[in-house]
Amino acid sequence: MASASTSKYNSHSLENESIKRTSRDGVNRDLTEAVPRLPGETLITDKEVIYICPFNGPIKGRVYITNYRLYLRSLETLSSHWRFEVDTCLFQDSSLILDVPLGVISRIEKMGGATSRGENSYGLDITCKDMRNLRFALKQEGHSRRDMFEILTRYAFPLAHSLPLFAFLNEEKFNVDGWTVYNPVEEYRRQGLPNHHWRITFINKCYELCDTYPALLVVPYRASDDDLRRVATFRSRNRIPVLSWIHPENKTVIVRCSQPLVGMSGKRNKDDEKYLDVIRETNKQISKLTIYDARPSVNAVANKATGGGYESDDAYHNAELFFLDIHNIHVMRESLKKVKDIVYPNVEESHWLSSLESTHWLEHIKLVLTGAIQVADKVSSGKSSVLVHCSDGWDRTAQLTSLAMLMLDSFYRSIEGFEILVQKEWISFGHKFASRIGHGDKNHTDADRSPIFLQFIDCVWQMSKQFPTAFEFNEQFLIIILDHLYSCRFGTFLFNCESARERQKVTERTVSLWSLINSNKEKFKNPFYTKEINRVLYPVASMRHLELWVNYYIRWNPRIKQQQPNPVEQRYMELLALRDEYIKRLEELQLANSAKLSDPPTSPSSPSQMMPHVQTHF
Amino acid sequence: MLGKGVVGGGGGTKAPKPSFVSYVRPEEIHTNEKEVTEKEVTLHLLPGEQLLCEASTVLKYVQEDSCQHGVYGRLVCTDFKIAFLGDDESALDNDETQFKNKVIGENDITLHCVDQIYGVFDEKKKTLFGQLKKYPEKLIIHCKDLRVFQFCLRYTKEEEVKRIVSGIIHHTQAPKLLKRLFLFSYATAAQNNTVTDPKNHTVMFDTLKDWCWELERTKGNMKYKAVSVNEGYKVCERLPAYFVVPTPLPEENVQRFQGHGIPIWCWSCHNGSALLKMSALPKEQDDGILQIQKSFLDGIYKTIHRPPYEIVKTEDLSSNFLSLQEIQTAYSKFKQLFLIDNSTEFWDTDIKWFSLLESSSWLDIIRRCLKKAIEITECMEAQNMNVLLLEENASDLCCLISSLVQLMMDPHCRTRIGFQSLIQKEWVMGGHCFLDRCNHLRQNDKEEVPVFLLFLDCVWQLVHQHPPAFEFTETYLTVLSDSLYIPIFSTFFFNSPHQKDTNMSSPKRGFFREETDHLIKNLLGKRISKLINSSDELQDNFREFYDSWHSKSTDYHGLLLPHIEGPEIKVWAQRYLRWIPEAQILGGGQVATLSKLLEMMEEVQSLQEKIDERHHSQQAPQAEAPCLLRNSARLSSLFPFALLQRHSSKPVLPTSGWKALGDEDDLAKREDEFVDLGDV
Repeated sequence: MASASTSKYNSHSLENESIKRTSRDGVNRDLTEAVPRLPGETLITDKEVIYICPFNGPIKGRVYITNYRLYLRSLETLSSHWRFEVDTCLFQDSSLILDVPLGVISRIEKMGGATSRGENSYGLDITCKDMRNLRFALKQEGHSRRDMFEILTRYAFPLAHSLPLFAFLNEEKFNVDGWTVYNPVEEYRRQGLPNHHWRITFINKCYELCDTYPALLVVPYRASDDDLRRVATFRSRNRIPVLSWIHPENKTVIVRCSQPLVGMSGKRNKDDEKYLDVIRETNKQISKLTIYDARPSVNAVANKATGGGYESDDAYHNAELFFLDIHNIHVMRESLKKVKDIVYPNVEESHWLSSLESTHWLEHIKLVLTGAIQVADKVSSGKSSVLVHCSDGWDRTAQLTSLAMLMLDSFYRSIEGFEILVQKEWISFGHKFASRIGHGDKNHTDADRSPIFLQFIDCVWQMSKQFPTAFEFNEQFLIIILDHLYSCRFGTFLFNCESARERQKVTERTVSLWSLINSNKEKFKNPFYTKEINRVLYPVASMRHLELWVNYYIRWNPRIKQQQPNPVEQRYMELLALRDEYIKRLEELQLANSAKLSDPPTSPSSPSQMMPHVQTHF
Repeated sequence: MLGKGVVGGGGGTKAPKPSFVSYVRPEEIHTNEKEVTEKEVTLHLLPGEQLLCEASTVLKYVQEDSCQHGVYGRLVCTDFKIAFLGDDESALDNDETQFKNKVIGENDITLHCVDQIYGVFDEKKKTLFGQLKKYPEKLIIHCKDLRVFQFCLRYTKEEEVKRIVSGIIHHTQAPKLLKRLFLFSYATAAQNNTVTDPKNHTVMFDTLKDWCWELERTKGNMKYKAVSVNEGYKVCERLPAYFVVPTPLPEENVQRFQGHGIPIWCWSCHNGSALLKMSALPKEQDDGILQIQKSFLDGIYKTIHRPPYEIVKTEDLSSNFLSLQEIQTAYSKFKQLFLIDNSTEFWDTDIKWFSLLESSSWLDIIRRCLKKAIEITECMEAQNMNVLLLEENASDLCCLISSLVQLMMDPHCRTRIGFQSLIQKEWVMGGHCFLDRCNHLRQNDKEEVPVFLLFLDCVWQLVHQHPPAFEFTETYLTVLSDSLYIPIFSTFFFNSPHQKDTNMSSPKRGFFREETDHLIKNLLGKRISKLINSSDELQDNFREFYDSWHSKSTDYHGLLLPHIEGPEIKVWAQRYLRWIPEAQILGGGQVATLSKLLEMMEEVQSLQEKIDERHHSQQAPQAEAPCLLRNSARLSSLFPFALLQRHSSKPVLPTSGWKALGDEDDLAKREDEFVDLGDV
């Protein structure tokens, strides 16, 4: 466990729970002691390098590479110009520590050639997926750079070298098993399913109906398995409309799917039309089914050229279609790149706002939130069932359904509820984590990569910012999820879909991220959390309230470092502790009094003199 | 937590002054409930307030759920405010009555709070001023506290329209004499009504004793002395009656140039370095006079340049820093972003929000002020230098910068009493021309510069970044900013202590003479600056000081510096967004955590009391204290200003479309997965 003294500095960085603290003597340290290691982690090599810190300048250090991480310890003690207790760097015994899981590396480049002059111009430049770059300068003589490059490449991109991802080597043990957090049958039962309109089907038990869907699906009671098979032929990648969430009172539902295969000729499919009508009829309150197509309408039209499309009015009489204008994965990827440009390594100062605007990142966040609000509002007050899709129904669709569910259902705002939401809407319904993140893959320019899940977590953060008492989890919870989205230490975010995970026996061979989090829950709790059942949360999707998530995107910059924990939270925790102390005291007094019965009080001094009095101002 | 500095001295003994806290404390709610139960809507007049004109069947637009509806009522104009009295004043629910403004109701606009008045003629919006030939069918009032009111006059009798519109225009827009300020009628009528708040120990700095006390508090009395040379404003009307100068400075020097060219003490740091200010000498063409000025200044500098005085660094705030013009331009652009007539306008501007904000430069001006204050703090704290602020009249940016420096360096200024005393010392006694800068008399629009508001916004940034370092909250600052336009508090309605004393104490002393001669256009800038660091060196010192402070954990009782990086300077949402229904977060916002904190504080306190009781008696504990903010999670982000509260829980949805992506168009057209699905 990280001790109290170090946790002050690594509050933003990756977890080090199972890391033993390094010995204090400092001299003659055995290599195996110098690097913290997880069970199953092995040291591959170490090299003397100069770490070129973008905030404080170059510093000499020794870098250790294991099959899981890159670990740097500075050799010089820090001179006075090292003014920052940088988050990236844990300071131990006044040396600088850099601890980076190899999974976050997206690209390794050599800088400078054999003829390079200039100080520190020869070395490696490492681009990370978590909004930072690492630069190391190496000696030109020997083959230290070549060695380091090859070893890093090998272990950062194991899939290109027929090596396993670290999650399969990790032998960590936790006292709770995160893989049991999500049980689809239990989750649907919580929602009151099956009921007389909706049934659970095992038609996809062996993933033969749809290889990217989970084994267990909830479909209308009146649709037979044969109906489902016929509908599957008309939906992109056979991702048929299935239930995600049902409103506990008005019984309207959120249904998710992929686009219909309308194509240029405007094909129709009676089974699909009938199926949507059956979904509509499960809700007697309104005569229309609402379809939200997450894409901008031009893109939906353009998709016809490749066989896709959208539900036309003539084919689907009883449906109303709205486009939500959310852009595709490529636009999001470029937008995040621009965010990195303005925050790393230096934060744009005088033109901060216009630079931020030019990234469009918050504009995309706004559109995703706006879409989710519409879905939630339709279900909650519009009393209409809703069908959500984009092209394939695994990116924008997952964002919209999961955010709408977060707004509608307070259960998902608890720590375990949120884990279930992620496990259900993202992991089981086939968000392509492997392709979107590119785990262990060296092709950093792959057009399949896109920060869709990050964008979702950002939306959740925006909501938690607007409703600071509505979520059981805190910012650290969201950050640790994102850190392990890339780290490959856990099996949670590996692979594209449930069938692939099953083939790889992920639940048997890897550890779940929820094991780490749930065995250490206190750390991720929001002290202000007030549980409120049945309260619908509508965030305000206006630029006036949306903010760049500084504690995530700019966390490497020590100048922007926010106080952790935030002072208001700190104050509240103090009060909580004081309250508990008083309650205990009061109980003691009560006991003492009942024991003494009618004896007069003996204590001459007032307790207020012994205890600190509360200051009423803040 | 923060020590409540023992503020003795002159403050407490003086006649009570109206305070600017105008929100009802919870224990006062009961008195208000009686008023609410009265069915008949009557105009509530303050002592001395007179009804001037009125119109009936006016329709006030109310925005709810992105659609507007109207409420019929009476529109009245008094010599204090414009008020709308709705015919159907439905009972307010509890959330709304919990905190209520005692002076200004939901539909009241003080005359000084009116910024612009527009009329709508055949769907066209025009600014209204002077004599009107034609009367509008709709009246739009933009307020200085950023409320927007819309009144439809279509159903009002023509003569009533004429009377009310011209009345409102005249009483809010036409130049006014100082004696016509409502302040005077109120003071006369309400003299016996002022309530004493025994806890109010704000130091007023209008006695020699107050200054001596401040010198003692900051340990400045070794090198500086309080002087009464200006008693009765004999020497100069710009300076307060009492102030502090370096001990060896001969008092007759003060008289020489009517207080110009005199280093006046603001504050002393624990290490002995001091913050001083000086108004520049008038610029003269005549060589002879210049020579005299030069030798005068040389004499002054000799005094403060030798031990025991620290090295002096001169900060010329009139050059190389902000100009008042810049502040004025920036704020007038900035405020437009919040004066929103309807929902469409809100969403249309939403997409361009950040660039609109940036183009106003307001946040950048805040950053520059904070940065300047940090630079000066660095000189005093790290380099042990005296800093002399120099400005034409030493009454605008001098007030701003010196108060910011004290707020950062002196934790006493972060208590409520300390902060009020600071405003009293630097702004009121410092001769900031509130009357002109707020344009209360509508005599010269060019003089209207929101310097004090800029100061409050800078303070807000500090409060927002370091809430535990302050005894007061952002709501206090917001209420304080509102009180700038409420002419019953004399604090912000005079140009100088002299003007206040001559007008307030003996109201019969004739008309107020407008002092224009003190606005001397030129100054001696460069020649006085003895010590000018090269900008690079300064930058370096600044960086190092700033970075090293931020690298340590914050001591809320010591030096306090703001973050000034791009993302850290924010919009004071509570002040600027509070009236915009679209920007309201139902059940959310900062108030949600703050009220949880208050609840917890109450709970802890009641537990504490129970324990005390247990010790004194055997009786069963008292019943639970009523919870103040029981429904805190149901409050909106606009609380306690949530009078325009949306009553339904419908979400607000953006109505404007998507902005073109420009160079990303190609990407936007691409498909997520480029796979031809073909014909299935």
